[in-house]
Amino acid sequence: MDFLQPTSWLDALAVKSERPEAMPIAGGTDVMVELNFDVRRPAALLDLTRVPELAEWAVYDGRVRLGAAVTYTQVIAELTDRLPGLAIASRTVGSPQIRNRGTVGGNLGAASPAGDSHPILLAVDAEVEAASVTGTRRIPVAEFFTGVKRHALRPDELIAAVWVPAATGPQQFCKIGTRNAMVIAVTAFAIALHPERRRVGTGFGSAAATPRPAPEAEEFLSQALAEEGLWESRAAPRDSVVRRFGELVADAASPIDDVRGTAGYRRHGLQVMARRAFTWAWNDYRKA
Amino acid sequence: MRVTCTVNGERQQADDVREGESLLYVLRERMGLPGSKNACEQGECGSCTVYLDGAPVCACLVAAGQAQGRDVVTVEGLTEGEDLDPVQEAFVEAGAVQCGFCTPGLVVATHDLLRRRRRPDDTEVREALAGNLCRCTGYEKILDAVRLAADRAADRVAG
Ligand SMILES: Cc1cc2nc3c(=O)[nH]c(=O)nc-3n(C[C@H](O)[C@H](O)[C@H](O)COP(=O)(O)OP(=O)(O)OC[C@H]3O[C@@H](n4cnc5c(N)ncnc54)[C@H](O)[C@@H]3O)c2cc1C
Ligand code: FES
Ligand code: FES
Repeated sequence: MDFLQPTSWLDALAVKSERPEAMPIAGGTDVMVELNFDVRRPAALLDLTRVPELAEWAVYDGRVRLGAAVTYTQVIAELTDRLPGLAIASRTVGSPQIRNRGTVGGNLGAASPAGDSHPILLAVDAEVEAASVTGTRRIPVAEFFTGVKRHALRPDELIAAVWVPAATGPQQFCKIGTRNAMVIAVTAFAIALHPERRRVGTGFGSAAATPRPAPEAEEFLSQALAEEGLWESRAAPRDSVVRRFGELVADAASPIDDVRGTAGYRRHGLQVMARRAFTWAWNDYRKA
Repeated sequence: MRVTCTVNGERQQADDVREGESLLYVLRERMGLPGSKNACEQGECGSCTVYLDGAPVCACLVAAGQAQGRDVVTVEGLTEGEDLDPVQEAFVEAGAVQCGFCTPGLVVATHDLLRRRRRPDDTEVREALAGNLCRCTGYEKILDAVRLAADRAADRVAG
């Protein structure tokens, strides 16, 4: 095995194009578990922790360009105001030790259906900036996940950053697990209110082969809120509307039975989380 | 490959490190620092917690090569000569140590917490130690130890 340690972004891309089989390693919180247990023996490791550009974020035109190697701890400390939903999700990841190392880029790279950053990235229409020596492209997060632990990167590409629109309204994230810390979500849900567009965005995890949005639920709720003038009046929607929203979110899922929970439980959990998360977010909107 | 880094203030070097090897393995097996414990090798138990450039991390999840040139502090590095760190003293006095396997990690995690928060409330303590498992004590004595260490530190600051 080779240990490749580029110290600049251009070098990292050059190395990845010469050695497409090299496995990137950022915080190592997924990769090292696999190496320690001999689940994988990559021909080479491509260490990204010496590429300073990846650990930075900046704001352009209302969008945060979040470097792939920005850690959860950084998101919580530095971006809670601009990216409240991602910050809430970040607080639920692992433990302080894991959050000090684990990165949003690594979460995307692992592409687990249970990745906690994914639901909110879907709900806000974030984009993954993928790069190689031949150029850069932006992939909508909804198109990034192609299967269980599979994503749309080409072998010569690395994730440079994630483009996340700064919040224009309240955001929430909830996840069901057996305890507060250190759990893989049984199922998870995120919501973002976009008052300026009169839209609601959603995303859920651990209830299909990939993280997914719930477009019909979004459409239904956005319309219901608009038709009744609730974005302007900020009054509470009828219970039946909120209930229907929860059902439509659950309908968008195709969960399976596994050791963490049954498909039925996941559907039920999604309904409850969707109702609650919306209610919390709407209450915040009413107070704002 | 060769890995050189600062460990507990001293320059350390390890040779013939395998590329996929963890920092934990290098510390324990190549540098003779067995304080950090290996109990799960998957980030779940926290018994391998060390400072890496000032941030507590699971040494089992850091690739050794990633520590090249970095600053590592292990539980061994918290003592001053023969003198235990106040956090270590508090763990002993509060009876927070039984088999002791979890202790080094908890000591480092507590040390970090008390650097950041002088008077953490119970929720903050639980949150800060959520990544450290103990199979013996039932945690109550550990919480006592953290409170004791916080009290001592506050007294010392108050003079
Ligand atoms: C104890 C424990 C608890 C955990 N709890 C949670 C949790 O609650 N929620 C959660 O979502 N996850 C959790 N995880 C999983 C993990 O911490 C996260 O997925 C984390 O975001 C991974 O980031 P990393 O930087 O450590 O990734 P790494 O392990 O370094 O990499 C992960 C994957 O991404 C690839 N990769 C990394 N960076 C790039 C890049 N720039 N371009 C292309 N590919 C890249 C790697 O090749 C690898 O396939 C947990 C892990 C552990 C060990
Ligand atoms: S041995 Fe590293 S967390 Fe358990
Ligand atoms: S004292 Fe034995 S595991 Fe904590």
